[in-house]
Amino acid sequence: MGRKAKGQNAKGQQTKGETTDNEKTRGRKGRPKTSSDVAVPALGIVGMLRWAWSQLTRMNTALFLLLLLAVAAVPGSIFPQRVQDVGAVNAYIEANPTTGPILDTLQFFDVFSSVWFSAIYLLLFISLVGCVIPRARKHWQAWRAEPPRTPARLQRLPSSRSLELGGRDGAPAPEADVVVERAAAILRKRRYRVDVRDLGTAAPSVGAERGMWKEVGNIVFHLAIVGILVFVAYGSMFGFKGQKILTVGDTFANSLISYDSFTPGSNFNADWLEPFTIRVDDFTIDYNRDTEDPASYGMPLHFEAGVTITDAPGDEPREETLSVNHPIGVDNVSAYLIGNGYAPVVRVTDGNGDVSYEGPVVTVPEDTSSAVSSFTLKAPDASPEQLGFSGTFLPTAWTDEESGQLTNADPDLGNPVLVLSAYSGDLGLDDGTPQNVYVLDVSDLRELASPMTENGPVMLSEDNPRVELPDGLGSIEYLDTVRYVGLDIHYDPGTRGVFVSFCLAFVGLIMSLFIVRRRAWVRVNTVDGPDGPRVVLQYGLLARGEDPRLTAENDALAELFTAEWEDIGVRDSTATTSPAARSKASAE
Amino acid sequence: MNVNTALGTWSELFMLLAALVYMFVFIAFAWDMASHSKTLREAERQDQGTAGEKALVGAATAASAQGAAEERGSVARDERNDSGSGSRAGWRSTSAEALEGQVAGATMAYSDQDHRRPAARVAVVLMVLAFAIHLAAVVMRAIAANRVPWSNMYEFSTTGALLISAVYLVMLTIKDLRFVGVLISGLVTLMLIAATIAYPTPVSPLQPALQSYWLVIHVSIAVASMGIFAITFAMAILQLVQDRRERRILAGGPSGWAFLKIVPSAQSLENFSYRLNSVGFVFWTFTLAAGAIWARDAWGRYWGWDPKEVWTFVIWVVYAAYLHARATRGWTGRRSAWLSIVGFICILFNYFVVNTVFDGLHSYSGL
Repeated sequence: MGRKAKGQNAKGQQTKGETTDNEKTRGRKGRPKTSSDVAVPALGIVGMLRWAWSQLTRMNTALFLLLLLAVAAVPGSIFPQRVQDVGAVNAYIEANPTTGPILDTLQFFDVFSSVWFSAIYLLLFISLVGCVIPRARKHWQAWRAEPPRTPARLQRLPSSRSLELGGRDGAPAPEADVVVERAAAILRKRRYRVDVRDLGTAAPSVGAERGMWKEVGNIVFHLAIVGILVFVAYGSMFGFKGQKILTVGDTFANSLISYDSFTPGSNFNADWLEPFTIRVDDFTIDYNRDTEDPASYGMPLHFEAGVTITDAPGDEPREETLSVNHPIGVDNVSAYLIGNGYAPVVRVTDGNGDVSYEGPVVTVPEDTSSAVSSFTLKAPDASPEQLGFSGTFLPTAWTDEESGQLTNADPDLGNPVLVLSAYSGDLGLDDGTPQNVYVLDVSDLRELASPMTENGPVMLSEDNPRVELPDGLGSIEYLDTVRYVGLDIHYDPGTRGVFVSFCLAFVGLIMSLFIVRRRAWVRVNTVDGPDGPRVVLQYGLLARGEDPRLTAENDALAELFTAEWEDIGVRDSTATTSPAARSKASAE
Repeated sequence: MNVNTALGTWSELFMLLAALVYMFVFIAFAWDMASHSKTLREAERQDQGTAGEKALVGAATAASAQGAAEERGSVARDERNDSGSGSRAGWRSTSAEALEGQVAGATMAYSDQDHRRPAARVAVVLMVLAFAIHLAAVVMRAIAANRVPWSNMYEFSTTGALLISAVYLVMLTIKDLRFVGVLISGLVTLMLIAATIAYPTPVSPLQPALQSYWLVIHVSIAVASMGIFAITFAMAILQLVQDRRERRILAGGPSGWAFLKIVPSAQSLENFSYRLNSVGFVFWTFTLAAGAIWARDAWGRYWGWDPKEVWTFVIWVVYAAYLHARATRGWTGRRSAWLSIVGFICILFNYFVVNTVFDGLHSYSGL
């Protein structure tokens, strides 16, 4: 793309000059330049506020804020967010001791509730309201007003046409007032609102406008977006979310202490929790057992939990099925099947021969396809020393003949094996510091058995369910394996409002984008012809906003008008009307 | 729920075949561009001696009957400006005259000179063939897996490419958009190759989280809007290049890049892509809402700022900004074209990077 010398010919020079002119205009419009030489009069506080308001409600500002909002949201996808995973945030800060705390101070782990993100969207919404309210008022006035007055020269509108009526078989020219009335009726049928004016004069006309709903849609869309924000805020203030892990056979009673984790909305009162109960009766998984499909053999295809719900104490229990994508509702609260796994049931007997733990231990799946899970158990009641176990649970363990390696063959429960390391010592639970139940800190513990020790790890299975710990510190026994389900229990009173607001916004959006707003005027002139008076129907169209079909509308109107007066003869006189005749006609 | 692996293998073969044919489509469209620009350049060279004269003639005939009949829409606007007294309006009509013959018609209608573009015609025929093979491959995949064919990256890419191709072919029946053919066929070929090389995934049954009719609604509309945004992305690129060329012509310089003569003016590209983007935006809004409704059923909340949700929101905001830019002084033209391009880059990012790299609830890439 080489640049050659400019202005080779007359045409070039001419257009060059024009371009420069245009660039100047555009530059002036695009970036208003403020000159420091000009003395700026003092605005005062009211003036400043008014100035700030007018700046804020400008379209340019709104556009800038929109783009800023998009940019500001991006860190929320790059850095772990507390709304999703507190653990991931803590891990990130731990892994990045220098940048982590700085990012945390700048609220990069709480992007969507951060000061800066909130500031952007609140300013945007203020700007939106400040823009939409005056527009609504203006549109209300336009709605009640008549269509604008008929322009003097319709041929100068973006699309126009002249039709000469009468003349077929010596048909007399129709009366101008009647023509105008009938043209108005045609326009009304095409869903224009019309105003017939200047009847009885030499040039009666119709002012018409259609697509008034476009702006209504626009306003509804923007107000509904505000509605979404309001209901989202309402939901997060008066709702809650909680998690609960339930082994099969367990019952959950909806109260604050029953939850494993509970996040109330800022204005939620725990006394409002409805006293329902959920019991998990059974939990089944369908696995892919299609042997012709080795790639996804053993993949879980369906999770289903049978539950019994009692809505309130004393109510008749009802049975429900809970599965992924199919939550169950209790009162206004919904329960979701979010996770599942194995909970091997074990019994820990301490050095004194007392049972220090007996029950299911919830394991965390390390890999969803194989269902190999990590097992952690703390037995602080054991004495003389506290005991801790951590290791792996294999639902269907299988020992390779050649290598002797223990691997997992299937995610279903076939040959459950626990491979554990055992520890003794102070678990650190006595000083009240909260600990993650799924993590065993072994730094201060004594290793009793592990893959590193001489005797190897503790291996528990159905065939070999009991292992004695060294030094007479006790034993651990495998009893059974049950499944557990992870339930999310949510209450969001704003959901319905958000949904309704969205529906309004969507309808408004479609209206504002696809309704075409345009104006039309028809004027009927009676002009003298060689053989008596002739009636000329002239019409013009003006688009308001995007209107790619203005010309098509012109043609459609021409067809309708032609059909209306075909019996007396219609002739398109747009092209033949000389400029002189045109100006004469409009002068009248 | 069993899958048919043999049919799955056939589907993969067909997909490769489709990619190959798309490659020929790409070559044919590129050939059309090159050969057309060559013919036009030769014509230009012959005319060089009479350039000045021609300019005058061009100016005189700008508003000729033929032009008016062919391009009523754009000429009508110029007529209005013609009669106005402002200097800007005057420039408007002059620019239209100066660009006469340098850019294609604003209506993007097929011309009767079509026989002079054999390569383009071959390209379209080949593209229909490629589409048929591609469609067969996707349908086979769906039958083999016994479900909708969009639940991992391989399937998103191949079905997405199919939708882009479909949207483009449908548009071709309405308007002569062959000028974006190179970009579209190139994109589709790339997507198919990327799917085959980077994301090969054997046919597999649907995981429980995806077992919902919302998978059909949410993803199909998302992929459809992607198809629309891909076309407007291609048009925005052409708009920028054409705009640059137009300004050079108006400055009296050499037009350069003669193949852009078969591309409409920057203004008409902008108008048309605005209409397409409006449709795409409605689709995207629906995608976002349908996703929220599904998320409420599947995960217990309608919005949780999952990486995919963040990017869906970012894309929505970028295209919302684009729609507003059209109504904002100083933001039409090049800037809005850039917004359209940024929007599509975000879509590609959302698709290729967020799906595979970011750890979120939407990790269904099957990788």
